[in-house]
Amino acid sequence: MSAPGADSAGVSAHARPAIARGLRLQWEPAQATHVLLYPEGMVKLNGSAGAILERCDGVRTLAEIVADLERAFATSGLTDDVTAFVALALERRWLELRE
Amino acid sequence: MSTVGPPLWLLLELTYRCPLHCVFCYNPTQLAATGAELATDEWLRVLREARALGAVQLGLSGGEPLVREDLETIVAAAHGLGYYINLITSGVGLSEQRIGALKRAGLDHIQLSFQDSTRELNDFLSSTRTFDLKAKVAALIRKYEYPMVLNVVLHRLNIDHVGEILAMAESLGARYVELANTQYYGWAWLNRAHLLPSRAQLARAEQVTREFRARVAGRMDVYFVVPDYYETRPKPCMNGLGSVFLTIAPDGTALPCHAARMLPGLEFPNVRTHQVRAIWYDSAAFNHFRGEAWMKEPCRSCPERQRDFGGCRCQAFLLTGDAANADPVCELSPHHAKVTAAVAAAEQAVAAAGTQVARGTLAPLVFRDHRISIAVEPG
Repeated sequence: MSAPGADSAGVSAHARPAIARGLRLQWEPAQATHVLLYPEGMVKLNGSAGAILERCDGVRTLAEIVADLERAFATSGLTDDVTAFVALALERRWLELRE
Repeated sequence: MSTVGPPLWLLLELTYRCPLHCVFCYNPTQLAATGAELATDEWLRVLREARALGAVQLGLSGGEPLVREDLETIVAAAHGLGYYINLITSGVGLSEQRIGALKRAGLDHIQLSFQDSTRELNDFLSSTRTFDLKAKVAALIRKYEYPMVLNVVLHRLNIDHVGEILAMAESLGARYVELANTQYYGWAWLNRAHLLPSRAQLARAEQVTREFRARVAGRMDVYFVVPDYYETRPKPCMNGLGSVFLTIAPDGTALPCHAARMLPGLEFPNVRTHQVRAIWYDSAAFNHFRGEAWMKEPCRSCPERQRDFGGCRCQAFLLTGDAANADPVCELSPHHAKVTAAVAAAEQAVAAAGTQVARGTLAPLVFRDHRISIAVEPG
């Protein structure tokens, strides 16, 4: 089952992903990691997942998020990886798309 | 023993007081014998100490947590500390004023439980006041933009109505529904002979659930939890005692699971006299069932021991008299016949009496009640 905006072709570069309502992204010093908190559960995120999700603020587009990550990590060619992760996060309802 | 991680999941049972009298309640049957409830500042200290260790998921439960007038204060403090806060409630006492205050205090999530579905289902089927209360509370939960999460406890007396229960959940606007079959601890253990469903009942309920799920796909998620007694392998209970879960009972007793107070030979420390850090890392009670040294055969040499940790210690104790035995739900347990005997008795009872409360041959159904709890033998 796919969330709206996430089809087999991926997510539009103009989509504005945001942490889904009711979920919270937070840095946990005790675990030295970002965690995504949701009702009665949580996911420990690896470094790149945390870096992507903390930029999903419902304001920036996917293209802007990719550009920002490429700047922050002084690299290029992240579009496919970031898009794939965002599509997965939409499918798992960690993210939702804002108008 | 591997390194002990932090108590990521903190459950505060703020009170054993409750307006309901559920026959399947997992609260201890000797609940009247427990001490006075912690005061507000004591709960706040527990929150600070546990958060410092890394606790982040917080459950506020009971009894009925809304009975505590300081619930909003506790939620506000927990939110300030960075907890993700889940309120587990029957909805009794959840007025618009209180849900508004809880929202402002930072409550993240509400799970509305159909605690007393034996009575409530009857109410619902006849459209009387308990259903009206739930409908009102469900509307408030939606109005304050919480996802509607409904938990319904199933057992022999209501499982045949699972279709109506799901229709009710849909009409309440539920986004998530957990159909949780009763597990047998506390009051449910006393009432097991009345509550354990037959295999055919379970199969029908699962079929109805599958059909419903297909119809509401994308709008509602429905979880169906089978009673342990119908499994052939045990659940990884609490992910192993002392691994991630920390429960604080109303009187301040720290437990590695909300049912663990029954386990004999363990002295569970109290937050009134011990720091949470010392309780979690240093106390004998919390270290007892960590690792594998406590295990007996068949668990000790079982290739699955790191997956299920031998199952549930409380179930092992209740059914075999020794908490270090394999959970007898496991078909490899030499005590598995106790589980199959309970299932066989359920089959016979359903065949003989249907799903009406059996009369005459069995002890009466015991509703959770403060006065009754004084009469029930401890342990």
